Parts: sequence; C-alpha cells; structure tokens
Amino acid sequence: MDELIFFINRVLISGTVLGSIYALGAIGVTLIFGILRFAHFAHGDMMTLGAFISFLLATALAAAGIILPLPMGFVVLPVAMVITAILALGIDKGFYAPLRSRGAKPVTLLIASIGVTLMMQGLIRLVFGTSTQTMYVAGETKDIFRFDMAWAGGSRPISVTEPQLIMFVVTAILVLALHLFLTRSRLGKAMRAMSDNAPLAQVSGINTALVVRVTWIIAGALACVAGTMLALDVALMPDLAFNIVLPIFAAAIVGGLGHTYGAIVGGFLIAFAETLAVFNWTAVLRPLNGILPEGMALPANLALVPTEYKLTVAFVILVVTLLVRPTGIFKGASS
Amino acid sequence: MSAASTQTRFLDTMLGRGLMLFAAMFVLVVVVGITQGAASLSLILVQATAFALIALGLNIQWGYGGLFNFAIMGFLMVGGASTVFLSYPVNPDFWNSDGPMMLGRALAAFVIGVALVMLARRADRIGIRGKWKTALVVLAWFAGYIIYRTQIDPAAAYIESTAGFVGGLGLHPMLGWAFGGLVSAVIAYFIGKISLGLRTDYLAIATIGISEILRALIKNMDWLTRGTMTVSPMPWPTPLPQALQAQGFSIPDSFVFARLSFLVVAVIVLAVAFVLVQRAYGAPWGRMMRAIRDNHISAGSMGKDVTGRQLELFIFGSVLMGIGGAILSTFTQIFDPSGFQPINHTFMLWVMVIVGGAGNNWGVVLGAFLIYIVWVISDPVAQLIFLNLSALGENLGWGAIPEISSRALQARVFVLGVVITLALRYAPRGLLPEVVRRG
Repeated sequence: MDELIFFINRVLISGTVLGSIYALGAIGVTLIFGILRFAHFAHGDMMTLGAFISFLLATALAAAGIILPLPMGFVVLPVAMVITAILALGIDKGFYAPLRSRGAKPVTLLIASIGVTLMMQGLIRLVFGTSTQTMYVAGETKDIFRFDMAWAGGSRPISVTEPQLIMFVVTAILVLALHLFLTRSRLGKAMRAMSDNAPLAQVSGINTALVVRVTWIIAGALACVAGTMLALDVALMPDLAFNIVLPIFAAAIVGGLGHTYGAIVGGFLIAFAETLAVFNWTAVLRPLNGILPEGMALPANLALVPTEYKLTVAFVILVVTLLVRPTGIFKGASS
Repeated sequence: MSAASTQTRFLDTMLGRGLMLFAAMFVLVVVVGITQGAASLSLILVQATAFALIALGLNIQWGYGGLFNFAIMGFLMVGGASTVFLSYPVNPDFWNSDGPMMLGRALAAFVIGVALVMLARRADRIGIRGKWKTALVVLAWFAGYIIYRTQIDPAAAYIESTAGFVGGLGLHPMLGWAFGGLVSAVIAYFIGKISLGLRTDYLAIATIGISEILRALIKNMDWLTRGTMTVSPMPWPTPLPQALQAQGFSIPDSFVFARLSFLVVAVIVLAVAFVLVQRAYGAPWGRMMRAIRDNHISAGSMGKDVTGRQLELFIFGSVLMGIGGAILSTFTQIFDPSGFQPINHTFMLWVMVIVGGAGNNWGVVLGAFLIYIVWVISDPVAQLIFLNLSALGENLGWGAIPEISSRALQARVFVLGVVITLALRYAPRGLLPEVVRRG
C-alpha cells in the first residue's frame, strides 16, 4: 500500500500539477497560432510577467494589512489576469500589429516575438532583480493537507499542498469555462471558425480584429494563471519562463497546433511523460525483491532517465512528434 | 529626365552606405577603446570576430537558404567540447585506468543498439509490415537504449570517481578548432537529416529543442566534458599573457599583446571564411540556393534537389558555428557548459544577422561587430544611468537602488530586444540589405 501512496504522491499529484500549468500555457500558444499563425515565443515570459504582477498586488495587499485564509497570490489572481490581458493587448498593438498590417511573414513575427521575449526578460530582471522570491508575502505559510491512509493499510499519508489543490480546481473551472465559451458563444464559434480556416471566416463576415483581441485576452489571462500557480507551487524567479516555454510548445505541438483540446491533452501527456520518465520504479517494485531469486535484486535506481535529463524528455517527445506526425494528435493547423 | 537626377548620391549607393556604416563602427570602436582601455577593447574585438564567424554561418543558413536554425547554442557547445577533447592536455590517470576499456564496451553497446534499430527497420524483408514493424522499431530503440545505459552508466561513474574526466589529447588548439567544425558538421548532418523536412515555425521549435538536448547532454556527461565543474585553462594557439610576462612584458602590456596576437589569428580565420562564403554566394551554387530559398516549389520542379541542397547549407553553416564556438572557448580559456544561454548564444546571433542584413555578408559582419559592442557597452552605460538615478533618489529621500551591478547587467538583454524589434519594424532588410540584381 505504501508503494501505491508513494506513486500517487510522486507521479499522480506532481504530474497533474505540472500538466495543469503546461495545459494553461499551451492553450494560449495554440490559440495564438490558430488565429495569428505564428509561434508566439514570448508566451513563457507572459507567464512570468503575470506571476510578477500577482506578486506586486499581493505585496500591496499585505502591506495594507489585509490577511485572508487563502494565499494572497491567489486572492489577487482575477485582478492580475485582467492586467496581464491588457498588457498582452498592448504588446500586440505595439509590436505585432504593425508587422501584420505590413503583411510580414509569420517568420518575421516569430523573430519579433523573440525580441519581445528579450525585452520582457530584461525588464523583469531590471525591475525585480535576479534573485528568487516567494509568493507567500506577509509570512503566510504553504499549508499541506495530509490524508491519512491507515484505513487502507498505508503507513504514510497522501499529501497535497494548498496551492496544488487550488490549482486543480482553478484549472478545471477555467477549462470548463473556455469550453463553454468556444462552443456556446458566438464569439467563441467565430474563433474556432477562424482557427479552422481564416480566409473563409473572413469572407463570411467575422470581425477579425475582435477575434484577435479576444485571443490575446484569453492567452494573457491564462498565462497569468499558469505563471502565478507555478510561482505559488515552486518559487517566483525571473527565469521561470524559459524553463517552461519549450515543454509548453511541445504540449501544443503534440496536441496539434491550433487545437485547444489538443493543447490540454498534450500538456498532461508531456507532464506525465516527464514525471514517469524520472520516476524511480524501484520504490514501487521493492516488494518484488522478496519473490525474485537471489542475485536478481532490483538496483537502487530504476528510473528510465536520470533526473538531470527531465526536461529533455519533453524535447525528445517534441522532436519525435514533429517527425512522425507534425500535425499532432488532433491534426492541428500548419503555417 | 536629365542625367543629374537619375544619378544617385554616393552615400545612397550600396558601397557608400557600407563605407559610411563601417566608418561609424570604427568610430564606435575607437570610443570604446578610449573609454574602456586597450585591454578591454582587444578582448571585445576577439570575441566580436568569433561572433562574426558564427554569424556568417547563420547567414549561409538563413540568408542564403532561408533555413531556420535556432540550435546555434548547441553547435557552439559542440565546438567548445570538441576543442577541449583535442587540445586539452592528456589526462594520464584516465589512460592508465580501466576507463578506456569500459568506454570501449559502451561504444560496442552503442553500435549494437544502432544495429538493432537498423535491423528492425528492415523487418519488412522477412514479412513483418505495418503496425508490427513500427512496434518492432520502437522495441529496438528501447532495447538499444537499455543496452547502452547498462554499459555507459558504470563507465561514467567509474571515470568520474577515479580520473575525473577523460581529459584531452594535447594537440594544437587550431587542430581543436578544425575538429570542432568537423564534429559540428557530423551533428548537423543528423539534425538536418531528421528535421529539414519541417517548415518555418516547426523547424525553429525543433532546432531549439535539439539545442537544449545537446546542452543537457554536454552539461551532464561529466566523464567527457567535466560538466558543471568546467574545464580550464585551455591552451592558446598564440603565447599567453603569462608567457609574455616571463619574457619581460609589463602585466597590462602582456594582456594587450597576447590578445592582439590571438586577434590576428581569429581575423585570418574570419577572412578566409568570408572570402569563401562570399565567392560561394556569387557562384552558380549561391544562385541556386537563392532560387531554392525564394521559391522552393519552383526550384524543385526545375529539378533541384531541395532537401539535399538545404542539408548542404545547414552543414556548411554549422561548421562555421562549431569553429566559432571553439574559438570562443579557447579564448576565454574555460569551457563552462552552464555559461551557454540561448539568449547570448542563439538569439544574439539572430539579432546580428537581421540587423546587419540577412544575405549580405558585409552586412552580417558589420551587424556582428555592432551588436556585440552594443551588447557589451549596455552594461556600463546602464550602470552609469542607474548610479545617477540612485544618487538622485537618495537626494530626494527615496533611498538608493539596490544591487545596481547585477541589475545593470540585465540591461543588455533589454537593449537587444529593443534593437531587434526596432529593426524588424523600421529596417526589416537590415542595415546593409542583400543586393538583388535584376535583369
């Protein structure tokens, strides 16, 4: 039983946490690719930016002496989402819209998004410094919930931290809301139509400018949630972005660029692949040692991939997907 | 229309524009030299020369062929690691231990793994087709991986615990540079083979993923590259400052002269590469590459082997990147896998090529020097601004700005971002655009 609990703690919970973050980021990447047809490289930094906005708001609230039972970084999330969405709109207006109106190729937009990445990274570090910060302002602590498993014969509890629980709930709500928006609302349908076939959508009278704006709002808000959640779960640092932007692209591509549900599936797929690859199977298979013949004992470490190569798993999946099925699981768009 | 009005002014012609921009850059170099001193200036110039060589490599790929390569950092690391292997002094502890034998076994395991995969891929000869064949190939990959891991893991652990790392072969650094180019060519062949079928965005993302895989490997293969423990000091092709000091040079002079002689070597390499690359551009080969870049479908229908030619470009460009990476590592005398960052070693080169003018070799060299100097001087300039702001803040009672020096360093990245976004908006073809001959 303890082995199963260990598996749940190490794989199921951390995989779901990572998967939620990847999925939220990948939805943004995939929406932007579907509507604007370019790989938005600055998405990771948009997440970092969102996290730092939450951090600023939380610090301000804590300084004002407001103490709530929930983590401050989470309480300010709706406001931070709005601010990040506005900033995303501003970035589009300042950097991408002029290139689009000139009729620049998607390649140019991709390079422009790298320029935006550099600017955002430089600015964030100029303003906040390079050190790691904590999202738990005003001496809050990260609560850990332990579910006692003694009734099932386990000696150790299943443990989940408060930000992880909040993250599961928030991700579920956001994904459901996005699903309803895309399938029920007129605007959501217009977005899907434009993602499927942009010229056709344009001639059938869809307000392209509005769809583009909504895309940036959704992508910015989701990036803010993902960044803040990641910062709550681990720590807030200026290089939050780059470590995670490539797995997110991997998730979006595995799911099929331009395909929203694919991004969610891809996010969880990449996250679980990463977690399972570095998981030490000996910990679970240890009871086998009693059955196995003498001299066949399991080695101390039976992980498929050494821990240092954790991120590499995502890249390998990415490259293999690109080679075997570039359109992804759900047949995404192509540029 | 009169003759006078059709005649363009000298500075509007390509040659005039180029001369003017190079003169402006020369002035910038002189200013940097006066403010930073000769030792710093010679340091900046050597590194800028190496970056110019790498930028020429990217120009072959992107400017000539329109290929998206975001794996530059990977090739620089490969070049650096190769030159460590060839020119770092021999490590007798390793050669006298069981290490070479264990590595031999690991190599044999690797060959067995490759053979397994090759055999599985030919399974259709014995009637295994479709899904069964795919399953067999995947199984062969898995089995090969496990076999290799069972040999390399103990070998790596043994070498790391007894000899530290394999060390080098103690050959001349210039040979190390050439070897860096060669290894890069081999790796570029495989990367190109698997990923050149992809288009634009997909190719960019695939290559950046491959570059990160290369970084993870080089960083963690401690037995080969010493990983995060770094390798130093690397030997120079020219006398080191310490050697000059022994001959009686004063310490500041020794640095300037040592770096200047290194600069001469680096400039010769750059010049040779430049002449070759420039000649290739004008030759029928270059014309064909531009035809493929501008319209690969029509070039393909004219009978050009599009992917084959693109693979050529990819390999040639990567060779220059490998040599450039080797020069950089040799010059800094340290190979530190953690020091490689996509921002400094991939994106900055893209900024150099785009700002300079993709497709124009003179423009690319200009862009490389210009961007590198801007990159280097953004730090002290930002520091100066911060110090003044901080003093102002103190006078106004707001308190000083903390951690000025570490923050000012970040201004480099910001400036780089500003430069590229401005360039894309206002000069998308670069300072010295490619000359398109018509008629």
